[in-house]
Amino acid sequence: MKILVPLKRVADPDNANKIKVTAGKIETTGLEWKPNPFDEYAVETALRLTEDAATPKARKGEVVVVSFGPKEVDTTLRSALATGADKAIRIDTTDDAIDGDLLARALKALVEKEKPDLVLLGKQQVEGDSNQVGQLLAEYLGWPQATFAGSIVSEADKSLVVSREVDGGSLKVRVTLPAVVSVDLRIVNPKGVQSVFTKAGHNYPEGVRFAALMAIMAAKKKPLTEVKLADLVSDPTLKVKTGAAELPPSRKAGIKVKTVQELVAKLKTEAKVL
Amino acid sequence: MPYLFETEEHAALRANVRRFAAKHIAPYGFEWEETGDFPRELYSEAARAGVLGIGYPEAYGGTGGDLGHVLVASEEMILAGHSVGTTVGLGSHSIALPPILRFGSEAQRNEFVVPVLRGEKVSALAITEPGGGSDVAALATRARRDGDYYVVHGTKTFITSGCRADLVTTAVRTGGEGHGGISLLVIEKGTAGFTVSKRLRKTGWWASDTAELSFDECRVPVRNLLGEENQGFIAIMLNFITERLYLAGQCVAIGELAYRESMRYARDRRAFGRPIAGFQVLRHKLADMASALAAARALTGEVATRHLRGEVVTSLAAMAKNTASDMCSFVCDAAVQIHGGAGYMRETLVERLYRDARIYPIGGGTREIMNEVIAKLEGF
Repeated sequence: MKILVPLKRVADPDNANKIKVTAGKIETTGLEWKPNPFDEYAVETALRLTEDAATPKARKGEVVVVSFGPKEVDTTLRSALATGADKAIRIDTTDDAIDGDLLARALKALVEKEKPDLVLLGKQQVEGDSNQVGQLLAEYLGWPQATFAGSIVSEADKSLVVSREVDGGSLKVRVTLPAVVSVDLRIVNPKGVQSVFTKAGHNYPEGVRFAALMAIMAAKKKPLTEVKLADLVSDPTLKVKTGAAELPPSRKAGIKVKTVQELVAKLKTEAKVL
Repeated sequence: MPYLFETEEHAALRANVRRFAAKHIAPYGFEWEETGDFPRELYSEAARAGVLGIGYPEAYGGTGGDLGHVLVASEEMILAGHSVGTTVGLGSHSIALPPILRFGSEAQRNEFVVPVLRGEKVSALAITEPGGGSDVAALATRARRDGDYYVVHGTKTFITSGCRADLVTTAVRTGGEGHGGISLLVIEKGTAGFTVSKRLRKTGWWASDTAELSFDECRVPVRNLLGEENQGFIAIMLNFITERLYLAGQCVAIGELAYRESMRYARDRRAFGRPIAGFQVLRHKLADMASALAAARALTGEVATRHLRGEVVTSLAAMAKNTASDMCSFVCDAAVQIHGGAGYMRETLVERLYRDARIYPIGGGTREIMNEVIAKLEGF
C-alpha cells in the first residue's frame, strides 16, 4: 500500500507564551518548530499500516510525507524520514500564502501524480485548528473519507474499518480504498492500528516511535524533492483572508479565599458553576 | 546554544532525546531524586527509543555515532529530563562498556555489551577503593589465579549503579606493585563471594545508586579477563579521557539548565516594584554565568572535536573537565543565590543542581589530579 501523509510544522504549542504580535502580524522569528502532533500520529499510523511489527525495518509498503513551507521545513520532513517514512516532498511556499482550501487543491494535484492508495492526515493542525484539509481533499478527489480515526483495521488493503471518535462514543465505518482518513489522538494506542502484516493482538508502545541515531543518519540519504506550488495549482487565490492577529488578553490575578464555605459561596454566586 | 560541531543530524538527535526525556523522565524525575531510585524498566525503555546505544557500534546493538553524539544526547537528557541522577545512572554503561569494546574478545563483546545496550542488563565500572581512588596504580583488590579462575579479594567503593549492576568491569591486581600489575575483570552478579556491602548516601545525584562492593573469595572465570593480564592500567587511563569529556559535557548541561532556570526566575520574580532581572547586580551575575558557560562549552566542544580527529587529548580533556566543573560550581551557586530563599528549598530545581554540581571536581579524577595530569604533560 502506498500512503501519502501531509505533514506540517507548527510553532511549539508548549511555548505559546513566547509568541509576539507586532502590528497585527505574528512574529515567527525565534519560534521553535515542531511537527504538528496530529500529523505525527498520521505518520505513525502510516508506518504501522505498512510494516510487520515483528520486523519493522523491512518496509512492506510506501509512506510518502509531504509538507508545505520554506526550506527550513526540510528538517521536519527529515525527522519523519528518520522514523521510517520512505520518501519526502516539500512544496515550496510560505505560511501566509496558503489556506486549507489551497492546501486541499494542491494535495489533489499531488495525489493525481503520486497515486497513493490512502491519504492519511492529522485531524487538524494545532495552530489554526481549522480542521478542513482532509474533508476538502476527499471532496475534490471524489474519494470516501473517514475523519477523527481512533483505530484502523486494514481489510487486505482493499478497505479500512475505521473507528471514528464522535460525541458520546465511536462510530465504525468501512471505507473502500483509495480514501482519505484523518486521525485523532487515540490512533497511537498500543492496538490502534491493525495492518495486514502485523499479528493480531500485537501491542505497540504507546505514542509515536522514536528515531534512533542510525535512522537519523540514514534519513539523509532518502529522497526529498522540492516542488513549486505553482506546478500543482494554477490559481493561488486564498479563500480565507487574514485580518489582524492579536494576543489573547493576559490572565487577571486570581483571588484567595479563606474558607471552604467562602469558596463554595463564590462558586455559586460569582462563578455560577454550582 | 548548541556546540559549534553540531550539524542538522545532532539537532534531530536532540529532538529525539528531548522527546524521550520529556516523556519518560521529566514527569517522574523529582520523585526519583527524592526516593533515590528510578525504575529498572527505564533501561529497556531507553534502549527501545534508541537512546541507550548512542555512541556504540551497531554490530553490538548500538545505534552508532561518536563522542559528539553522546555529548549532545546526554545534555538534552539533562535539559529536558531535569534529573541529573537519572541521567548518570542510566549512563553508567558509558564508562563500564568501553574497556570491553576496546580490549574484550568478540565473544566477550557479544556476551556483555549486547544485553546492556538492549537494556536487559545494567553495567558498572569499579576502580576506586576505600583505601584510594586517585592513586589507581596502588589499588589493592587482589585477584589470584587458581586454574581457570581468578580468586578476587577486596572492596570497591563509590560505584555508580553498583547496587543493581549485573556486570561490573572491575580493576584488580593480578601482578606485582604499581601500574604494571593491574587487570580488568568482568565480574557478574550472582558470582559467589560478590556482594553489595553498602548503598551509599550522597550529597547529590540521588536518583543514581552508588554502592560499596565486596569481593570475598570471589571466583571469576579467567575468560572474563579483558585483554592481557597486567595490561589493565592503560585501558583504565584511555577510559578516563572520554569519561572526563562526558563529565565536562554534563557540567555544561547542568550549567545551561541552572542558567535558564535563573533567567526565568529573575524575569518572573518581582522585588521593589520590578522584576529582579531589572537590577544591574543580577543582570551582571547572569552575564557572568552566560560567559562562563559559553567558555566551558567552547572548550569542551573543541576538545571533543580534536578527540574525534584522532588527536591525543589527555591534557586538554583534563583542562576541559576542570574548566567545566569550575563553571558548573560557580553557575549553580549563583543560581541558588538568584533564587534566594526558594533556592535553598528542596522542591526548587537549582537547589538540587547545586548539590549535583559538587561531584564534578571530584569524580572521574579530582580537580587536583587533573592539574597533575596537565602539569606532567605540559612538562613543568
